[in-house]
Amino acid sequence: MLREVRFRDDKDFSGCSIFGMMNVRGERFNGEPMITAIANMKERSNGLGGGFAAYGIYPQYAELYCFHMMYDDRGAREETEEFFKSRFDVEGAEVIPTRPCEGVDDPPLLWRYFLRPRESLVCSEREADDFVVQAVMHINVRIEGAFVFSSGKNMGVFKGVGFPEDIGRFFRLEDYEGYTWVAHGRFPTNTQGWWGGAHPFNILDWSVVHNGEISSYGINRRYLEMFGYICTLHTDTEVIAYGVDLLLRKHGLTVEDMARVFAAPLWTEIDRMPPREREVHTALRQTYGSLLLNGPFSIIISNRSQMIGLTDRIRLRPLVAGRSGEFMYISSEEAPIHLVDDGLQETWIPQGGEPIIAELAEKMEEIETKGAEVISLPASDSA
Amino acid sequence: MIGRLEGLKSYLLPQFLIDRDDYRCIRCEVCARQCAFEVHWYDEEEDAVFADESKCVGCLRCATLCPTNALVVRHNPTQHPPNANWTREVLQNIYKQSETGGVLLTGMGCDTDYPIYWDRIVLDASQVTNPSIDPLREPMELRTYLGAKPDALKVGRKGGKPSLETRITPQLKLETPIMFSAISYGAISYNACESLARAAAEAGTYYNTGEGGLHRNLYKYGEHTICQVASGRFGVHADYLEVAAALEIKIGQGAKPGIGGHLPGEKVSAEISRTRMIPKGTDALSPAPHHDIYSIEDLAQLIYALKEATHWSKPVSVKIAAVHNSAAIASGMVRAGADIIVLDGIRGGTGAAPTMIRDNVGIPIELALAAVDDRLRQEGIRNRASIVVAGGIRSSADVVKAIALGADAVYIGTAALVALGCHVCQKCYTGKCNWGIATQDPYLSKRLNPEVGARRLVNLLRAWSHEIMEMLGGMGINAIESLRGNRLRLRGVGLTREELDILGIKHAGA
Repeated sequence: MLREVRFRDDKDFSGCSIFGMMNVRGERFNGEPMITAIANMKERSNGLGGGFAAYGIYPQYAELYCFHMMYDDRGAREETEEFFKSRFDVEGAEVIPTRPCEGVDDPPLLWRYFLRPRESLVCSEREADDFVVQAVMHINVRIEGAFVFSSGKNMGVFKGVGFPEDIGRFFRLEDYEGYTWVAHGRFPTNTQGWWGGAHPFNILDWSVVHNGEISSYGINRRYLEMFGYICTLHTDTEVIAYGVDLLLRKHGLTVEDMARVFAAPLWTEIDRMPPREREVHTALRQTYGSLLLNGPFSIIISNRSQMIGLTDRIRLRPLVAGRSGEFMYISSEEAPIHLVDDGLQETWIPQGGEPIIAELAEKMEEIETKGAEVISLPASDSA
Repeated sequence: MIGRLEGLKSYLLPQFLIDRDDYRCIRCEVCARQCAFEVHWYDEEEDAVFADESKCVGCLRCATLCPTNALVVRHNPTQHPPNANWTREVLQNIYKQSETGGVLLTGMGCDTDYPIYWDRIVLDASQVTNPSIDPLREPMELRTYLGAKPDALKVGRKGGKPSLETRITPQLKLETPIMFSAISYGAISYNACESLARAAAEAGTYYNTGEGGLHRNLYKYGEHTICQVASGRFGVHADYLEVAAALEIKIGQGAKPGIGGHLPGEKVSAEISRTRMIPKGTDALSPAPHHDIYSIEDLAQLIYALKEATHWSKPVSVKIAAVHNSAAIASGMVRAGADIIVLDGIRGGTGAAPTMIRDNVGIPIELALAAVDDRLRQEGIRNRASIVVAGGIRSSADVVKAIALGADAVYIGTAALVALGCHVCQKCYTGKCNWGIATQDPYLSKRLNPEVGARRLVNLLRAWSHEIMEMLGGMGINAIESLRGNRLRLRGVGLTREELDILGIKHAGA
């Protein structure tokens, strides 16, 4: 279905399943356990959207921005490729390999590009990131029928309309090896037919999968617009992704402080804090009140070195964390974690607003140069 | 040949008629004693109470206090010859002016039927996909901070703990996003001022002195007082600036954009003369403009002069009447350094204003608010100032809609006075307020007990706050900042495309 026939609701309304899995030593594994885990939460999706983000899948191009693209038609592809050529050195361009899969119909054109911002146009790495964000905004807003799935380095987003396990098979995720994976199954009540509306949502390295509905969406979006982020998708998830980019990359807050913005402690809690802490938390709420995410949500935010789980401050949506040796898990439910990992050491349920932060233990450079050996996971029934 | 016509029968019809049920009347003379307009009198010989209805203003003091409900005050049903153009109001105004040669005066806010957009906007609520929140069982936060906010925050680490590196400029902390509007001592009685001050302190919000200075006895409520600096500079001195929680430069007022104020000499008692620092019995005329502000850069100078004079310890607010170019003006005000901008709409109240000005100048607050919030966002400077709106906020629903359109907080003036007993008879300028509010007559003002007044106001704020919490909870929101500017939670009903565009909302059903 084309973008023109999307419903024009205020935003996306959906219930969902989310699952994240990270090897903290940066050892890579294929997408099989992700498909198994997300399929186990089938009740939480309705076949109208599923997707995956995988980190560490393109080690040979680790220095390049990888754009995963969807196009409604050839015209959109040609226009976008023109645009790429005008701003980037295109080091690689290919069709994303897929296989026919029952339950996945009418896919759009799916391409990926490995891009280097033209040197004459950008100086620093920071500038390059801004340059890429602007390029993403340009394509999403200006090029009819083109949409950027993901734009990070050594990572990619695979998503579409269907049950997530079918989408996973369609994209042949067993052929990819990454050290962090997140997955999403969707139960939308609108924006059904559009592949771009599926999760994860991504900008640069940041990906977000999200279960819930953000009641504060209207102001979150207007606030972000002041900083140049244009929300084209009308999904809550999009504002979270842009919010992450603003707070962490642009304003330099820590992940903990970001969690305090998205799921702020209550004033009554802040009033009881020691003076210096109180000052920080009061200032965070005063300054970033418009980015408070109100309403039920649980989210997994990921980048190349972190996987962060967070729920709304009164915990209206489920989230559970698990640990097993080198593996960290964040999930909507506990069962799928057990399903993919017999040796699970512990699981716990975080407080509302309390972030779970899984971080790579190793330096990024070492991970990026690591070989292609795959960690074999404990066998599971459906794998 | 100008002059009041004395001794001739007026062509004006009484606005109200008074029906007295003689069977119920016990001749207690409450009505006669309570009416400062001297409508009622008791005739001992006839043992009957009579009324001169031509003096009645319809304040309902007599009917309210009559112990046997013997009085009915009703609008005079006498009809002028039917005419859509030459209506009763138009004719009566002309009779009045031809008898006096004066400017038509009135009090309170504009009472004509411009569209009230609040009543054309409906709110959203959560169903299925998103749980509504019960404020009786879950936390619900209304706390609001007014003042400039930084665009970005720098948080450092000291000894592993976060520590703030950005300095936040002074803020006003409101426990509920409702403040009491600027109403001067002079326009209202000392007891009314004290009621407002005590209520603001108790409810954790602020009241505004208006342009009449601040009585020394009320300095103890300074932490909850916004002191106004207006074109007449009445009662402005170092202590006055020092004691306030915030300062407000009043450029304009919704009831009378473009003109100054006038407190007649009869109202300037010894106490008011001391507070305003003007001779007793003299008219207190505040000029139409500030004569040191003829341009935007002059405003910036006054803002910084006030900040400098108070050691940069308090936010400075600037209040304007909502007029055609409010958006551009507001943008200039923010860039001139205002921490808070106040917009006062066409329905804003007053103690006295020329009727023609009140009813014909300015624009509805809803449209001004939407336009200003949009403009400041488009310019990327919305964080640099809070927006407070005033002028016609009648209920908690109006407050919720105002905040969703983009306001940080609201001022209530008329609603607060109504809580104190005001019946909106619009005769504030006469100084004869039977409810003890808009008067300096000690016999009348003692009718308003500040302790009772404060309690009524606190009750009103508490009731509205509860209602706001219910509406927030219904939308699945548990903090007021998630409603602020969240126009997706609003829909218009029966509005034109253009009105919807200006308000930035969709039509219901869309």
